[in-house]
Amino acid sequence: MLQALGHLPVGWLLIAPLAAAGFFAFTIGRTEVAALPTGSSVSARLNSQPNYHGYFLAFCTTLPAACVFLLYLITAEGFARGVLQSELPTFLLERGSDQVNLFIDRVANHAQSRGRDQTGIELFDASVDRYAQLKGQARLLAVFVAVLASLGGFFWGRRQLERSFPARGYVERIITGLLFICAGIAVLTTVGIVLSLVFETVRFFSLPDGPGVFEFLFGTNWNAQTGQNFGAVPLFFGTLMIAALAMCVAVPIGLFSAIYLSEYASPRFRNWAKPILELLAGIPTVVYGFFAATLIAPMVRGFAQWVNALPFTPEDFLAAQPTNALAAGLIMGVMIIPFVSSLSDDVINAVPQPLRDGALAMGATRSETIKQVVLPAALPGIIAAVLLAVSRAIGETMIVVMAAGGRALITLDPTSDITTVTYQIVSLLTGDTSFDSAKTVSAFALGFVLFGVTLVFNIIALRVVERYREAYD
Amino acid sequence: MTEPLITPPTPRIQRLKQRHNAERRFQFYGQFAIASAISFLAVLLLSIGWKAISAFAHYELTLEIDRPDFAERTDLSVTDLNLAVRDELLKLFPELSTGRMQRADLFGLAPRLSILPLTRRLQQDPSRASDPVTARLVVSDDLDLYLKNDFKTHWSFKVGAAGRLARTRSGAYRLTDAGPDGFVAFQDELSRLGETSGDTLINLAGAWFELSRISGATLILNHLAGPVPDLGEQSARPITATFLGTQSTDRQLSNRQIALVILLKEQGRIERRFNSNLFLNADSTYPELAGAAAAVAGSIFTMLVTALFSIPIGILAAVYLEEFAQKSRLTRIIEININNLAAVPSIIFGLLGASVFLNAFGLPRSIPLVGGLVLGLLVLPTIIIASRAALRSVPPSMRDAALGLGASRTQAVFHHVLPLAAPGILTGAIIAMARALGETAPLLLIGMVAFVSEVPRSPSDEATALPVIIYKWFSGAERAWEPMTAAVIIILLVILVAMNLAAALLRRRFERRW
Repeated sequence: MLQALGHLPVGWLLIAPLAAAGFFAFTIGRTEVAALPTGSSVSARLNSQPNYHGYFLAFCTTLPAACVFLLYLITAEGFARGVLQSELPTFLLERGSDQVNLFIDRVANHAQSRGRDQTGIELFDASVDRYAQLKGQARLLAVFVAVLASLGGFFWGRRQLERSFPARGYVERIITGLLFICAGIAVLTTVGIVLSLVFETVRFFSLPDGPGVFEFLFGTNWNAQTGQNFGAVPLFFGTLMIAALAMCVAVPIGLFSAIYLSEYASPRFRNWAKPILELLAGIPTVVYGFFAATLIAPMVRGFAQWVNALPFTPEDFLAAQPTNALAAGLIMGVMIIPFVSSLSDDVINAVPQPLRDGALAMGATRSETIKQVVLPAALPGIIAAVLLAVSRAIGETMIVVMAAGGRALITLDPTSDITTVTYQIVSLLTGDTSFDSAKTVSAFALGFVLFGVTLVFNIIALRVVERYREAYD
Repeated sequence: MTEPLITPPTPRIQRLKQRHNAERRFQFYGQFAIASAISFLAVLLLSIGWKAISAFAHYELTLEIDRPDFAERTDLSVTDLNLAVRDELLKLFPELSTGRMQRADLFGLAPRLSILPLTRRLQQDPSRASDPVTARLVVSDDLDLYLKNDFKTHWSFKVGAAGRLARTRSGAYRLTDAGPDGFVAFQDELSRLGETSGDTLINLAGAWFELSRISGATLILNHLAGPVPDLGEQSARPITATFLGTQSTDRQLSNRQIALVILLKEQGRIERRFNSNLFLNADSTYPELAGAAAAVAGSIFTMLVTALFSIPIGILAAVYLEEFAQKSRLTRIIEININNLAAVPSIIFGLLGASVFLNAFGLPRSIPLVGGLVLGLLVLPTIIIASRAALRSVPPSMRDAALGLGASRTQAVFHHVLPLAAPGILTGAIIAMARALGETAPLLLIGMVAFVSEVPRSPSDEATALPVIIYKWFSGAERAWEPMTAAVIIILLVILVAMNLAAALLRRRFERRW
């Protein structure tokens, strides 16, 4: 029975009985208080509406149980693994903690798989059963404690209810607290990202077959699939090169579109052209990747072969690979156009009209006004927009995975296939369950670098935008 | 030395002209930029749509299976029905039953598993097995592509009248011309078409041959399919030729299979139909049998989890930041943090999911629950930002009025401000969901690329999602995956357009100017 319970993956269905209990408590609280005799004097009136008493009792009932479930969610896995590890035979424990962790990972995965069947390996099957049993125990314990806590909360809360009880004050304080927790989840996410990346990165550099920090950041030889060379410079180079190609497309087109839309276009044209431009941002990146790989990359290749065949170029002047950096860069640029254009549009519109009027009154043409007055005034904002776009290009994944290829090269030839940080993260982490080899953990080190770089770009850009907004408001 | 008091007018007018030209050029750059962005979009949609069209229809081979001996069987398997299909095919082409190669060509027209839907139907309702049933078999992907593309380029023409048909010792056939010119006109026609660029099939009285060579005034033929007419004088029966335009060495189909397809098409047994597999089937290793149903279900479950997680939390967080938070250091940190989080690359969230949800919490891989949570964290900042904008657009007078009538802050917000901001919040939430629906990279990292052959039934079953299946099919080796991928992209884009239209309509219907 315990094993079956431990195997069940639907612990989160407990939300339904919890909600039912809350509703029950609400009704009790409300009706009981509504039934209290009231008078017209201040002391005889209810301090709060009956509804608030109901809410108070509902919170008293559900919150403790919810806390218990949360605690279970965080600790159960560690508990089951810890107990299981202490019970493993010594010959397995002697093989070192890496091997033991790998074994337990496999056990846990097997216990959760849908059609759990016997593998025939005695120790493994026994461990799987024991693991499921432990999870079942933890689950049963959690349910038991949760029921106790919610009953306790219910009876305690019910004792508080009386005419003069300030239920509304308490309820509103609890609500404010809950709102704060919701706002804090965003912060928790960041903390989670930073902690997990830092933790895995430190582990990567301390692995016996992992590289040193210096080798990782400045080495020029990347061969992670075999777990030998971890010099990430070719990856950084490829990422920057594709981002630069993308910027060559996105910045001129995006900027000129924004200028035309905000300075020249009639409101009618603007009303339909702007949503169309923004459609480009709504298309999933995997669609861009497909387009780049099936249409653009062969075109680039054909062009490169044509260049190679020209009489004055050597045979192998361009690499002419079927997947290439140029295709990925071009399409990434198209994807980023709306980011540049809508952000620049905002900052150009924020430039005060008197500046334009002044320039036009001095006899400048409209293009001169834009070039010499509006753009210099909007420059910080435009730079911020470009920075945000660069950070977007660096972090873009699917287009490069599908169209840029995977060879770790340092070359300025845009028709050769080069690899990027995001491509490597995907190829290192898909289809591998163990988090113990240098190969998989290196993805987290790459992710750490990516996160750090994009964060710096974003912070600078957002600061510039903010300061700039203040300057004209 | 006398300087002219007034500069002569010509250079100044020239200068003005230059400036006006510069003005026009500048304006043209802007128009060009917008036109190129829009044309990129058009080319993208058209090229994908063009590729997708062919995947929405496919060719099916219709056979009647009449097997009274199946009546008692409750354990009919794919193999049983497959054998019945093969018997039926051999009944249609008895001349092919002798050779192993011939049989392989015949049975290769439809993949083994294309009988699976019929098998399932008969297993559920064994009483029908004794009646003759119509089996609709999906033809193999190579044949399907050939029928869609190359079949139309076949060029058929009359050759003349047949003379004597004889059989050589090696098993080939010799055919002479009944007319006087000994196939000279035919040879001319072939060299005009470019003999070496493609094979030629010869049809004589319902039998199909491939032209091996022309020796003198005799055609040397290999039999492909159809009953061979009696040897000897053919009493001037008409000979027709079909020039294929491709050589059998350059394609996946043999000449015999093409001849079989011509015969089957004449009998009306191979027909083009709507490809319902695409919407009803789960993933498969055969492109002709694969469908997006499992991916659609997986996407729905993932979105459900994402919506249940991120929309309530996002709205509540926005309410806190906009209505309750004092201007303190802490709220400032939360605000900066949310703005930055909105710009973090999505793949980082995948890393977070892999290391926290899979590794630390020990949740299983490849399930929509984990995928939904990761995408929920990903779109949370977007929802918070949109909800805050919606809350901000409710004028302060609404709050003041509520507070002035004695409402508490919480009452003012939850009874008045939030309902007024609801349309704006909902619009933002729908757009955020649309973004989550198209995300691929985080789902790859938490293992939602696993091969899933069954439609998932709950958020904790193994599943894939629509964008992931696009990536997966794109990586497939067979050529037939490309139109299939394009078709799934069209399905995804249609869903996204519907969501965005819903958001736009909502905005227009409930938009309020204060």
